[in-house]
Amino acid sequence: MTSLQMEKMAGIARLPLLIAGIVVGILLWGSFNWALEMTNTEKFCISCHEMEENVYQEYQETGHFSNRTGVRATCPDCHVPREWIHKVVRKIRATNELYHKLVGTIDTPEKFEANRLELAMHVWKTMKETDSRECRNCHDFDSMDLEKQEPRAADRHEEAMDEGKTCIDCHKGITHHLPEGWEEAARAAGLQD
Amino acid sequence: MKNTIFTTTATVFMLLLLPGTLAAGVESLRGPLPLDAPAKIFPAKKQQKAEGGFERGWKQQPPQIPHEIDKDRISLRENTCLKCHSKENHEKEKAPEVGESHYVDRTGKKLTKISQRRWFCNQCHVPQVDAQPLVGTTFEPLPQK
Ligand code: HEC
Ligand code: HEC
Ligand code: HEC
Ligand code: HEC
Ligand code: HEC
Repeated sequence: MTSLQMEKMAGIARLPLLIAGIVVGILLWGSFNWALEMTNTEKFCISCHEMEENVYQEYQETGHFSNRTGVRATCPDCHVPREWIHKVVRKIRATNELYHKLVGTIDTPEKFEANRLELAMHVWKTMKETDSRECRNCHDFDSMDLEKQEPRAADRHEEAMDEGKTCIDCHKGITHHLPEGWEEAARAAGLQD
Repeated sequence: MKNTIFTTTATVFMLLLLPGTLAAGVESLRGPLPLDAPAKIFPAKKQQKAEGGFERGWKQQPPQIPHEIDKDRISLRENTCLKCHSKENHEKEKAPEVGESHYVDRTGKKLTKISQRRWFCNQCHVPQVDAQPLVGTTFEPLPQK
């Protein structure tokens, strides 16, 4: 065989490999995204009793769970970014949560309450950094009719637009109960309006 | 013999009448409904709001609440009314500060934090609906000097 022929043969042999590679790639990619989506449902979030017993119960009393118009914001709507890359970063960070799940850091309501301020501060800090990105997936100052709000809301929103404040500066504890001393702690960390 | 017959009949009669007379005198506020039946539903009333607040009936009256409070929570750990009405926040929220009296304990000592006696705001302050009073009143406040 000439070297040319040999190269040709090798090329033909590589073709199925390439196809197999593409197929496996699609499968992996698909299952990766499938896993991403599976873990991005409210059902998954509250399959942990830590979440079901504490935050889920409180959330059910709020306007984001049930309201006049029937639009619901679920846990991942507020806690997981929508853009793919931010979502993956958040999921990788969640491995830390798995670790704490295993060692039982918050496995009783008492332990949860004791750690709540720290957990809340994490969320506030992240939301401040992202300019409340997840809130803005649904809410937008531009589509808010201030005329229709109570003056105490409209006044503050006008100010927020003018001064570039972000939702979480003012809207803490809208879905979950607040831990004792939250206001002092948030103010000390520069997270409170 | 005659006597016994008489007393027995009388007693039976009275026992028969007893539940009737009791029921006629006292009626439950739910009306004559069986215990497990749902009570009568009254039409829901919209809350009244008043920009600038409601007028007080007399000087020391706890003012009525002129805005929604359904999203507020008061518990041992949190009191969301204070997000707007506390010393620190009332100015930027353009909300009236809680009265001076809310920082005084029962011995008259001034406190830096809200007095425990004033923690549960809706014990004294309540929102309003436009409803007919169940009981009339002829109350008039003392003339303001
Ligand atoms: C999935 C969409 C969605 C997301 C995400 C979302 N909201 Fe909402 N939010 C709504 C809807 C819909 C309502 C209207 C509920 C009603 O009709 O009372 C609402 C109501 C509210 C209200 C007023 C009523 C209440 O329950 O307090 C506030 C304040 C609010 N949102 C703030 C936020 C903030 C802050 C965030 C981010 C942490 C956020 N929202 C994220 C959809 C969303
Ligand atoms: C400077 C403080 C401030 C900022 C920043 C702010 N809000 Fe508000 N917002 C308020 C106040 C005060 C109210 C009225 C009382 C309440 O519901 O807590 C209010 C009320 C609301 C309501 C309910 C309005 C109604 O008529 O029921 C929604 C929805 C809301 N805010 C969404 C947002 C969103 C979304 C953002 C970020 C884009 C935001 N707010 C940023 C202070 C603020
Ligand atoms: C409307 C947006 C929103 C929704 C929906 C929501 N959260 Fe939150 N979550 C927040 C915010 C904002 C914080 C930061 C603390 C605060 O302000 O209450 C937070 C904090 C938390 C914390 C930290 C502990 C704490 O109480 O502060 C946990 C855990 C949590 N959320 C889990 C959940 C779970 C589980 C669900 C679904 C059952 C859920 N969240 C739904 C916005 C939301
Ligand atoms: C988002 C900020 C905010 C929150 C939270 C809030 N208030 Fe207010 N409140 C106001 C503002 C602003 C006014 C003044 C309204 C006006 O004059 O139109 C007011 C007025 C009042 C008044 C009338 C005072 C007077 O002199 O007429 C009372 C009473 C009151 N609030 C009680 C409460 C109670 C109780 C709660 C908690 C259940 C509460 N507020 C939560 C902002 C708030
Ligand atoms: C034991 C009853 C009682 C409780 C509890 C109470 N208040 Fe009052 N409040 C009053 C009375 C009486 C007044 C009017 C006289 C005064 O200013 O002290 C008043 C006045 C006020 C005013 C108007 C002050 C002004 O100068 O116009 C506000 C605002 C207010 N209260 C808010 C609150 C809030 C918020 C809470 C909960 C943290 C609360 N109150 C708890 C009885 C109460």
